[in-house]
Amino acid sequence: MAASSAYEAVIGLEVHTQLLTRSKIFCGCANAFGAPPNHHVCPVCMGMPGVLPVFNRRVLELTIRVGLTAHSQIAERSVFARKNYFYPDLPKGYQISQYERPLCVGGYIEVPGADGAPRKIRLTRIHIEEDAGKNIHRPEASLVDFNRSGAPLLEIVSEPDLHSAEEAAAYLRELRAMLRYLEVSDGNMEEGSFRCDANVSVRPRGASELGAKTEIKNLNSFKFVEKAINHEIARQTAVLQAGGKVEQQTHLWDAEREETRPMRSKEYAHDYRYFPEPDLPELQAPPGLVEAIRAQTPEVPSARRARYARDFGLSAYAIEVLTQEREVGDYFEALIKAGVHHKAAANWTMSEVLRAANASDQPLIRAIPAAAQTATLLKLVEQNRISLNGAKTAFAAMCKSGQDAAATVSALGLAQVSDEAAIAEACDLVLSTETDKVAEYRAGHEKLFGFFVGRVMKTTQGKANPKVVNEVLKRKLAP
Amino acid sequence: MNNELFRLTISQAQAALRRREFSAVELTRACLERISAVEPKLNAFLTVAESEALIQAAAADRRLANGAPALCGIPIGIKDIFATRGMRTTCASRILENFVPPFDATVVARLREAGAVFPGKLNMDEFAMGSSTENSAFGPTRNPYDLARVPGGSSGGSAAAVAADECLAALGTDTGGSIRQPAALCGVVGIKPTYSRVSRYGVVAFASSLDQVGPLTKTVRDSAIMMRALAGVDPRDSTCSARPVPDYEAALNGEIKNLRIGVPKEFFVEGMQPVVDSAVRAALKRLEADGAAVGEISLPHSQYAVATYYLIATAEASANLARYDGVRYGLRAEADDLSELYGRTRAQGFGPEVKRRIMLGTFALSSGYYDAYYLKAQRVRTLIRRDFEAAFGACDVIVTPTSPTTAFRLGEKTQDPLQMYLSDIFTISVNLAGLPALSMPCGYDGNGLPIGLQIIGPAFGEGVILRVADALERSAPVPRRRPAAV
Ligand SMILES: [Zn+2]
Repeated sequence: MAASSAYEAVIGLEVHTQLLTRSKIFCGCANAFGAPPNHHVCPVCMGMPGVLPVFNRRVLELTIRVGLTAHSQIAERSVFARKNYFYPDLPKGYQISQYERPLCVGGYIEVPGADGAPRKIRLTRIHIEEDAGKNIHRPEASLVDFNRSGAPLLEIVSEPDLHSAEEAAAYLRELRAMLRYLEVSDGNMEEGSFRCDANVSVRPRGASELGAKTEIKNLNSFKFVEKAINHEIARQTAVLQAGGKVEQQTHLWDAEREETRPMRSKEYAHDYRYFPEPDLPELQAPPGLVEAIRAQTPEVPSARRARYARDFGLSAYAIEVLTQEREVGDYFEALIKAGVHHKAAANWTMSEVLRAANASDQPLIRAIPAAAQTATLLKLVEQNRISLNGAKTAFAAMCKSGQDAAATVSALGLAQVSDEAAIAEACDLVLSTETDKVAEYRAGHEKLFGFFVGRVMKTTQGKANPKVVNEVLKRKLAP
Repeated sequence: MNNELFRLTISQAQAALRRREFSAVELTRACLERISAVEPKLNAFLTVAESEALIQAAAADRRLANGAPALCGIPIGIKDIFATRGMRTTCASRILENFVPPFDATVVARLREAGAVFPGKLNMDEFAMGSSTENSAFGPTRNPYDLARVPGGSSGGSAAAVAADECLAALGTDTGGSIRQPAALCGVVGIKPTYSRVSRYGVVAFASSLDQVGPLTKTVRDSAIMMRALAGVDPRDSTCSARPVPDYEAALNGEIKNLRIGVPKEFFVEGMQPVVDSAVRAALKRLEADGAAVGEISLPHSQYAVATYYLIATAEASANLARYDGVRYGLRAEADDLSELYGRTRAQGFGPEVKRRIMLGTFALSSGYYDAYYLKAQRVRTLIRRDFEAAFGACDVIVTPTSPTTAFRLGEKTQDPLQMYLSDIFTISVNLAGLPALSMPCGYDGNGLPIGLQIIGPAFGEGVILRVADALERSAPVPRRRPAAV
């Protein structure tokens, strides 16, 4: 948006995501957020003298799951490397990472493009590494919390295939959804389990060479990613338009001030002196593991989107809403499996299910009734035994009470009257008291039909089946 | 009662303790008294844990009453590079001067389990960097055969303590010769096992791909006993081998008939003392007399071993020693900001040799130099490993001198690091190849100083080198001489 049409932006993203493992990557400490400082620590993740790392095999499985989904090549042998730098939150003075031989090479992720058609964003690599601790600065002292030290991380590096902040955000949303679908990460940006660095450069449109890039570190929300990238594109474009030269820089995103600031070259001009980690053997997947994981890997958003379009003919908007979170789509499909028509299932999921889920601080599964119960409710609607509004009332009550559908409908007296004789009686009562309006209607004022329906519904306290009411009224009002 | 219990070997003490000829407490007390008597001269111990040792000994006596484990009641000194739960572990460095680990190294835990008694922690070159124990921040250890001479290093405290009968055996570590060279210079037996044979967990790392744990003992049999207690898989060390551990002691049958012994022509070099040369050749003659076949072999790339070693070991060390930053434990210097904290802590905490190696290793890994130094050294390492593989096609063990000279004088080589590095010329290539090797006494020079002989085996060939060493020990023309200076 900020770039004038004479220039184009080239953006690559590096995403760090924490993996959902029970223990840390190289020791037995819990991999958990929210404990008091330095609670989940041991000699290994504190970098005591003499300790050695032991690799958590679960990390291998989760990474392969991501790699297969992203169409990457899974390396038969990959190698851990030490990345050397000093920082108080880095207990060993080096981070165990992967460098020359990462576990996953290449691949791509399909992102919905602006025109709705999927676009492939290529990946450079996906590698495994350990997280650092967290520095906490207080006026009186700087402190370090090592709970996060040794948490397993994936670094997912894209090729510079993105050309706008919106596209970058779409890629991130897709990647995050994918990681959540695969149950490898909770993708929680606020808690730091999904973080992003962006490499941004601007070049004259049509040029094949890349311009000097700016690396923006520490972006921890989608909003900030878009803001920071747009800001950077505008800055570089202005420099180029003025005939200037963009200098290679590293910026740090300041989330409190919502702006980037350039880091001093001293802060980032590291020579990390990578070399193979001698304390860990080469990482080799046991025979058959990759195939076993391939067989179990759940569907990802892009595949699900394609399937919903093909099988249900849903609108692009509905597909988007239903696939953003895996459990939403899962619920939608469970309703269909329980016999609900897909249109009704989609509408119900998008309105009532999401409303209830958003209103609750519980995970979706616990916030709403089991799909079988909701399906029972929707079948009552289909059979005209309750009204749609009655079903909504019942659903809201079920979310709170946990009662089943039948009990709730009867307890709330929501059962619908479809008995023609009873409805005819109510119609007669209304028509006999509204003789003027009847005359007007018969004189050609047909808009009054709705008025009669409303009066009948009121008389029956909303329980009359509107379809039957319509039929009976039409008959009785006929001249 | 025998008032010289400290003179016993492990196997002698084992038998006597089981027969209840004396108690573990009596044996421990004898060693502690010996320590008080000789320490003022030797400085082999950095920490003496008298009351803890006596408590352990008392516990050992209770275990001895009903079927005791292998090392029950045996006083074993621990090089101060091993983490000992609740006992200071300094690595002979100011930077860890007051560091008390909250955990035991795996081998320390195994010795505890086996009933051993720990009289204390032994001196060494700071972070195991050195060949004379002169690089200790807490003063050098002296050679019990001549107090003006070094005990070798880096496990100099371990070798001296065993030679001087302060403990029955000691733990050491060997990265480039740090068990074998001091064993040679102090006239004791020391074995560096195959890389991965013994767990490194809890051993303060110097060079992770080279470091290996081993025992220093008075006899070959004692080394076999210790090896069985130390070796074996450890879930805390992913580089540790899962191969079963044989009964090394049971293999000591003196039988070496038709065993093929290779002698590398490259290892009898200029600068070697003639007395060392002749002592090793005399030992080879004895092996031949016992039926072994001695033949020349070649290790053509061994001339590059020292250079290769000082690139790989220092590169790894530069990363391994980065954790001593004053943030979480150990020395913390007064400072106003972070970079000052790092700079001052490390400037005050590390000695000159450690700083020299950190700088060398940092340089070897730096961008623009990595390929020419670190990577090239790794390639040469592969060639050295292949040399040995080829050699072991033609022989069962390789015999060399352990060190080109007997113990040198304190201060003699401190001004010339390169001369110091060359004292490990025969041992270093073994670490680069990851092979097992043992050093044992094979005679004495004109000053009564011990001469060391090295036996190198193929990977996991601890059994065969112990068998050859045992045969040599049996055929020794003169018994082990007690150190004259203590
Ligand atoms: Zn831990």
